[in-house]
This record gives sequence, structure tokens and C-alpha cells, in this order.
Amino acid sequence: MLNFIVRRVLQIPVVMLVLSLMIVGLTQLLSPEQRAAPYIKSEQAAARLEQIIEQRGLRDPFPVQYGRWLSSTLTGDLGYSKASGQDVITTIRERLPRTLELTIVTAIPILLLSIWLGTLSALHKDKLIDQVLRVLVVLGYSLPSFVVGILMLAVFYAYLGWLPGAGQVSVLNTFALGDLHRYTGLLSLDAALNGRWDIAWDVVQHLILPATTLVIVLSASIIKVMRNNMLEALTSDYVRTARAKGLSSRVVNNKHARRNALLSIVTLGGFLIIGLLSGSLITETIFAYPGVGQWVVQAAIGVDLAAVLGFAMLSAVIVVVVSTIVDILYGVIDPRVRFD
Amino acid sequence: MTTAPAKIEHRSSWQQFWTSPAMRKMRRNPLAITGLVITLLFGLMALFAPLIAKPSGNCVRDLHITDASQVYNPLSDAFRRATLAPPKSCYLIERLSFKQQPSPPTAEAPFGTVNGYNIFYGLIWGTRTALKLSFIIVGITLVIGVIVGAISGYYGGWIDNLIQRFIDVLFSLPPLILTVVILTILRARLMGGGAQYDPTVPMVVAFCVTGWAGYARLIRGEVLRTRQLEYVDAARSLGARDMRLILKHVVPNSVAAVFTTAVLDLATVPLSIAGLSFLGLGFEPGYSEWGQLVDFARAWLKPEYWYVLVYPALFIVLFSLAFNLFGDGLRDALDPKSR
Repeated sequence: MLNFIVRRVLQIPVVMLVLSLMIVGLTQLLSPEQRAAPYIKSEQAAARLEQIIEQRGLRDPFPVQYGRWLSSTLTGDLGYSKASGQDVITTIRERLPRTLELTIVTAIPILLLSIWLGTLSALHKDKLIDQVLRVLVVLGYSLPSFVVGILMLAVFYAYLGWLPGAGQVSVLNTFALGDLHRYTGLLSLDAALNGRWDIAWDVVQHLILPATTLVIVLSASIIKVMRNNMLEALTSDYVRTARAKGLSSRVVNNKHARRNALLSIVTLGGFLIIGLLSGSLITETIFAYPGVGQWVVQAAIGVDLAAVLGFAMLSAVIVVVVSTIVDILYGVIDPRVRFD
Repeated sequence: MTTAPAKIEHRSSWQQFWTSPAMRKMRRNPLAITGLVITLLFGLMALFAPLIAKPSGNCVRDLHITDASQVYNPLSDAFRRATLAPPKSCYLIERLSFKQQPSPPTAEAPFGTVNGYNIFYGLIWGTRTALKLSFIIVGITLVIGVIVGAISGYYGGWIDNLIQRFIDVLFSLPPLILTVVILTILRARLMGGGAQYDPTVPMVVAFCVTGWAGYARLIRGEVLRTRQLEYVDAARSLGARDMRLILKHVVPNSVAAVFTTAVLDLATVPLSIAGLSFLGLGFEPGYSEWGQLVDFARAWLKPEYWYVLVYPALFIVLFSLAFNLFGDGLRDALDPKSR
């Protein structure tokens, strides 16, 4: 067990190293002038283009350049982002908590909803409710997130006017943000902790549409997996034994079948984090939510290399760490998994 | 007394296919059949786009015709060129005016206009863009995936290890984000070149780099199983070389595993392209493409401009839903475990 964990954790830096080698290698397709962009922070600097190329050694052989990139990245210097007008690392530090906030309010409903509906669907297999849910599931994973998002925006913001359609807080409240003491970095929570419930409520309202969009798009596949797991568990021997012992169907369904069906939901953690990361690009852009996703889309449009590379490395770290945790966790909760 | 020899029932391969258990299961699934029919309609729409949305402007000139209705003559050269290999100018949405504000549906523009672009034209030709790219991308990724997967699974050892660890690395980045990285770099390189380039090239390259790994994984798993079967040993003992074993025996018996995945990818690839295009990472403004039309709608969300959003959304949702219903039916039909 410990052996497995150590080996799995040691893989993380190796994967990151190879990935960065690949991505930084790809940038070699660009001319040294284009690759100088991450270091140009002002008009004056742009005039010294040739000097910057020399200084940064952008014409050096690739291994030398990669070594330099690696050492500066490890010290936290990811270059300058044109799109945000700040250093990449500063931008990430500022925007990542907002994306995290959106991710949290999305992930929790996704998990609860899919466990509940997946179980419901399996317990009433082929009944009306199962048929309806199955159609909804196909609809859910057929709908691309940008279409769902923009329809939500059209209906609830433009037509009904119930919810705000852009940003993280209303313009009026932006002035009050400076006075808040930031305990956690999550704005809604911080506002509540500061006793500014009006701001907290405002932030929550801004989160509803983007979060609902992601929930609709990402729940479908998990509901389907949960339904299949549950169906499998319901036909297994231990469930039949439990029924034969005379246990009530509620106990059998909840204690015996569902617990085992939940096991493999854990493995979907990796899938969920990939969905949420990619989803953040699209939903944050639609709802002008100032998180990392919106920034990286702007960066990609404006060929802001430093930002795109920085974000790619950040998401790879997140994905690799989460899947490592999921692997380990799965071994912990399922004693049948052996580590070798 | 002589008896007539028992008649050998001769069944053509089509009959065998049509009466196979999978096809029977498929035919009994009304949702899957509906999905297939709609999908085929989209295919026809893509192929005959020039007949549904008449060429205009530069497209007419590049087809070397004087009047757009000449494409309706199925014997003409223009018909053949327009349906099989239309020039790039035909993919540019017909622009009726330069007025930003949408105008409601008319006979000339049945779905209305936005930014002066004819939405109907953009959607019909956009179907063609979507399906064309999706077939090219799935085709290329499938070939690469099958080759790499077969090598990895058949030879095993360090080659397998190397390939699989490389795929692990590729999988450590969400596909959309890897695509965005590659697109950014390719677009910068092509724009920096200053020359005209085909707008679909960066998209195809980006999707191919991201897409092959999934197929390679699936094929490898199948090949690992297939290569141990008796008939492969038999062929080997008859002196067949590796190349022949892989091409004639192992791969043909392993590709079925990726078949449904590839069919479903034919639907997801156009949606991902539309998503990227929606974000502004796809094509130049005015290129016929679904995502871009949805992007135009972002500025005109008020109910009186419903046609700007409703028609593109309807196209995308209908396409995706139909394809997924068909794909799900196909998966159920081919999966021996499903009941």
C-alpha cells in the first residue's frame, strides 16, 4: 500500500516533466520574435525586441532554452500575460479562487443529483420514471455546454430577467470588495464571514446560471454510470442473500446495493475534474465570469503564449494530482483492490 | 431411388449482415432508427449544400458559372464541382448586407440575417464543414490510433511501455485544453507566415494530435487479447511474418472494439469544433460554421431576435441528439452483454 502510494506520487513530477518538454517543444514552431512576447511588458520593451531575444537566449539550442524555462517555472516565474496585463502567476493567484468557487458549487450538486437519480432510475428499471430519466440523460450528454449556456442566458437573463448574466458581482458591489477581509479566497464565503450577506447573496446569484449549465452538461454521464452500477449491484449474490435473509428492501437497496454502486463513482473523479476544467473555459466565457477559464480563452485568441502555457501546466498538475488521489482513495475504500 | 441433394441456402453478405443478431436488435430500436434517419438527412444536407443554399458572390465566380441556378443541372460540370469539391469561397457565408442588426426571416434568408450574414446559408454550409472535418479527423486519428495501438499491443515490452507512458502524459491534460494549446501555437505560426492558409488546417492538426491516443488505448487492449488466440499461433506456425500477422489476423479482429467509439466521435468532433469556434478559436469571421453563428447570437439575446439563436441551436442539438441516439443503439446492438 505505502509502496503503491509512493510510486504513484513519484510519477507526478515525471509526467509533468515530459508534458512540459512536449509543450515547450511545440513553441519551437514559432519564431524567436513570437516567443519573446511573454517577456515584453511595455511599449518601450517592444522597441528592444532584438535585445530581449538575445538576453533571453531565444535563439539558443532547445535543451538550453528548456532548461532555462524549467528553472524559471520552478521559481514561480511563468512570464507575463498580455491578456491580463499582469504576470501569469499573479493572474492565476487572483482568478483561480473564483474558478474554484464555481467548481465547488457545481461539483456538489452534480454528485448528489447523479447518485440520487441514478439510483432512482435503476430501482424503477423500465418503469416510466426510468424511461424519462434515460431520455433526459441522452439529451444531457448530447447538448454541448455552449448551447446550454447561451440558452440559459437567453431565457433567464435576457427574457425573464430573473438572474444576472455576467460577471461575479454586481457593479455596485465591486467597490465594497476592497473592504472585505479575505479569509478563504472564495468570495461568497468571505462576504458572509464579513457579515455582508447582501454581497454573498449577490455572488450566489451570479453563480447560479454558470453552475446550472455545468451541472446539466456533466451530470448526464455520471447518472448513467450510477444507474449501470446500481443495476449490477442489484443482481449480485450478496443482494440476493440480503433479501433472502428477510431484510427490508430499503435496507438492502441503501446499505447493500448503493454502497457498492458508489465505489466506482469515486473513479469518475478524474472524469469530473477534466469536465469541470474544460467546462470552465466555455461557461466562464459565456457568463463573463472572471475566472482562469475566461482569461485563458482571451489569451488563446490573442496568442498570449505565456498565459496558455501556464494554464496548461496548471491544469495538468490539477488533473494528475486528482487522479492520483482518486487511485489511492479507491484502494483505501475497496479492499478488493490489490496494489502490486 | 435417388434423392435430390439438399439445397444449400445461399445468402449474400448483405443478407447475412441484415439478419445478424446485432442488426435485428438495431432494427427493433425505434429511437436508434430515428437517429440514423436524421443523421443521414444531415449527411445529404452536407453533400447537397450547394443545391439547398445556392452559391453566391465569389463562389459563383470560382465555380466558373454565370448564374447560380446552373448548379441544379446534374449533368453540368458546375454541379459536380459544387457538390464534390467546392472552392473555399463557397464556404464563406453569403452576406446580404453590412448591417449589424439582425433582420427577420424573409424568402431570401429563410432563417433571417445577423451582421448581414444569411443564417440559413451559414447553417447549411456549416453542416458540410462540420461533417467534412469530422470525417477527416476521425479517419486520420483512427488510422494513427490503430497503427500505434497494434504496434504497442503486438510487440509489448519496452515499446509498449514507452507508448503507453506517452499516452498517460497526453491524458494528463484535458483534451479541450491540449487542443487550445496546439491551436494557439499553430495559428500564431500560420498568421506569422503572412500567407493565406486553409482555416481548417490548424483545427484538423490539433484534433488529430489529441484524438489518436484514445483509439490506440482501445486497440492495444484488444490486440493483447487477439494475439494470443489459436488462429494467430496457427498462422505463425505456418510461417507468417509479423507484418502479415498484424495486418491480416490481429488488426481485423481487433478494430470492432473501436467501431462504436469512432461512430460516436463523428458526432462529438463537430460539437467540439463548434465549441472552439464559439470561443473565437476556430475560423475567420464569416466562415460557414455552427459555433460561430451561436457566437453571433450572444449579442442579440432579446426575444425579438429569437431566430438568431433558435435556428443554430436547433441544428446543433438535433444533430447531436440524433447521432447519439443512433450511436447508443449501435453500442447496445453490438454489446453482447446488453439485454
